[in-house]
Amino acid sequence: MPSSPAETLVVGAAPPVRAPARTEPRPPPPARTPRPAAVALLRRLRRVSGLVAVLLLWWLGTERGWLGATTPSPAAVWDAGVDLIRSGEYGEHLAVSLERVARGLAIGIPLGVLLGLLAGLTRSVEDVIDAPIQAFRMLPHLALAPVFIIWFGIGETSKTMLILIGPIFPLYINVLHGIRGVDNRLVEAARSCGLGRWGLTRRVILPGALPQIFVGLRQALGIGWLTLVVAEQTATTSGIGYLMTDAREFLRTDVMFVVLVTYALLGVLSDLLVRLLERRALAWRRGFTGT
Amino acid sequence: MPTPALSPSPPAREPAAHDGVRVHGLRRVFDGRVVLDDADLTIAPGEFVALLGPSGSGKSTLLRALGGLDPEAEGHIEVPGRSAVVFQEHRLLPWERVWRNVTLGVRGGDLRARATAALEEVGLAERADAWPGTLSGGESQRVALARALVRTPQLLLLDEPFGALDALTRLKAQHLVEALWEEHRPSVLLVTHDVEEALLLADRALLLGDGAIAAEFVVDIPRPRPLDHPELVRLRTELLAGLGVHAPAEHGRTA
Repeated sequence: MPSSPAETLVVGAAPPVRAPARTEPRPPPPARTPRPAAVALLRRLRRVSGLVAVLLLWWLGTERGWLGATTPSPAAVWDAGVDLIRSGEYGEHLAVSLERVARGLAIGIPLGVLLGLLAGLTRSVEDVIDAPIQAFRMLPHLALAPVFIIWFGIGETSKTMLILIGPIFPLYINVLHGIRGVDNRLVEAARSCGLGRWGLTRRVILPGALPQIFVGLRQALGIGWLTLVVAEQTATTSGIGYLMTDAREFLRTDVMFVVLVTYALLGVLSDLLVRLLERRALAWRRGFTGT
Repeated sequence: MPTPALSPSPPAREPAAHDGVRVHGLRRVFDGRVVLDDADLTIAPGEFVALLGPSGSGKSTLLRALGGLDPEAEGHIEVPGRSAVVFQEHRLLPWERVWRNVTLGVRGGDLRARATAALEEVGLAERADAWPGTLSGGESQRVALARALVRTPQLLLLDEPFGALDALTRLKAQHLVEALWEEHRPSVLLVTHDVEEALLLADRALLLGDGAIAAEFVVDIPRPRPLDHPELVRLRTELLAGLGVHAPAEHGRTA
């Protein structure tokens, strides 16, 4: 180390073995570096391969009769799906279901975020609202379905309310913990730069909590679909849940499977959507220098 | 922080009429442990002061009080209106691009141009659009310096800003800070545990002990200062002794 006269002498006499011993502490490398196209393609194939394997197993299982006589093959499900789409029935029911979920999430997600923000930013609010929210969270909200029908009738309101409740909790918890997990040293530095409460919230606390908020969003969407299934099983004559109940009455297992596959696809699609949002909002995590 | 100057206990951080720092009777207690006790400190306008002391002696606590980052410090604190802090860690927001980090909290127009100017001073203008996560430790710390500079501080508070850098990078960063100080002439308080760093950069080196300034060393050596300047070597020995290091380092080492 050339920082003291005594050691400079030593360094001059021998090769400077000590100086390189301390390497500069680099920041952790960016989580993902842009990869060559071939590797990216391989990755994409790998991601699809699991799904393809499941389909193959399904097909093989029905061909060989492993899954019992009543299980339809993928081909039969495909045919049933095409028929349903052609008759317009599928689109109608799907639209109703999508509207229900959208309406529930459109209220539930902002509500969960708002509660999380209020509690995360202000201790006194947390003290007041945290205990009741935790208590409600522990209540399986799907068990509220019959109660909601009594309260809000058999119409759309009870369904919207049911779908609305579920997503509140994962968002509340993740927003709150995301905020509490923001590095206080960053907050302090930003404060020393003259940022006020609003500036701190907007430029430090919210962006810092964002990765965790996205986790909450993913969970919320999953719960939204789950609640839809339950909400559409009773007291309705529309929606893909009804399509399935109706098919059960007539032992149309192929139609039931069409609905099951629909649920799976909806889940995958909403996850993709969140991923897309994440990629845009959390670009800094990947170390992109921008394009 | 805009602390109202009404109540007697919290420090009244009034903008001083002159550029400079005056601290009287600064006291800070952490859970019954007295860290700062009746500490006094003056920094003249444009003066470069280094603050040394053993670990836990309250160096950073004193600096944080000056920076208005410690609402629980008691005593009278007078600092200039514009101050800026550089911490040991760069503390850049990873989700803001470099230039947005530099202008964080700065009001007014044409922030981009001001950020570029500040980044040019630390030699990083071409990294203005990078994410902080892609910078090296030395670069990050230079951005943190730019973030302080862009505020044209009358008081620059440096809390062991080179502590996490490797030896070579640290030397370069020290030169940079000296050059910037000579250019802009803010008052500087540099908290460090590195005796040589203090003697290379500061007009005055203060030793913190028992909760107050225990000793003062005026470093009257022309700049740039060679490390083997006899006065510097003498002060180094004295300062080390003040810090409780009586090692006969120069003897028996070269044998």
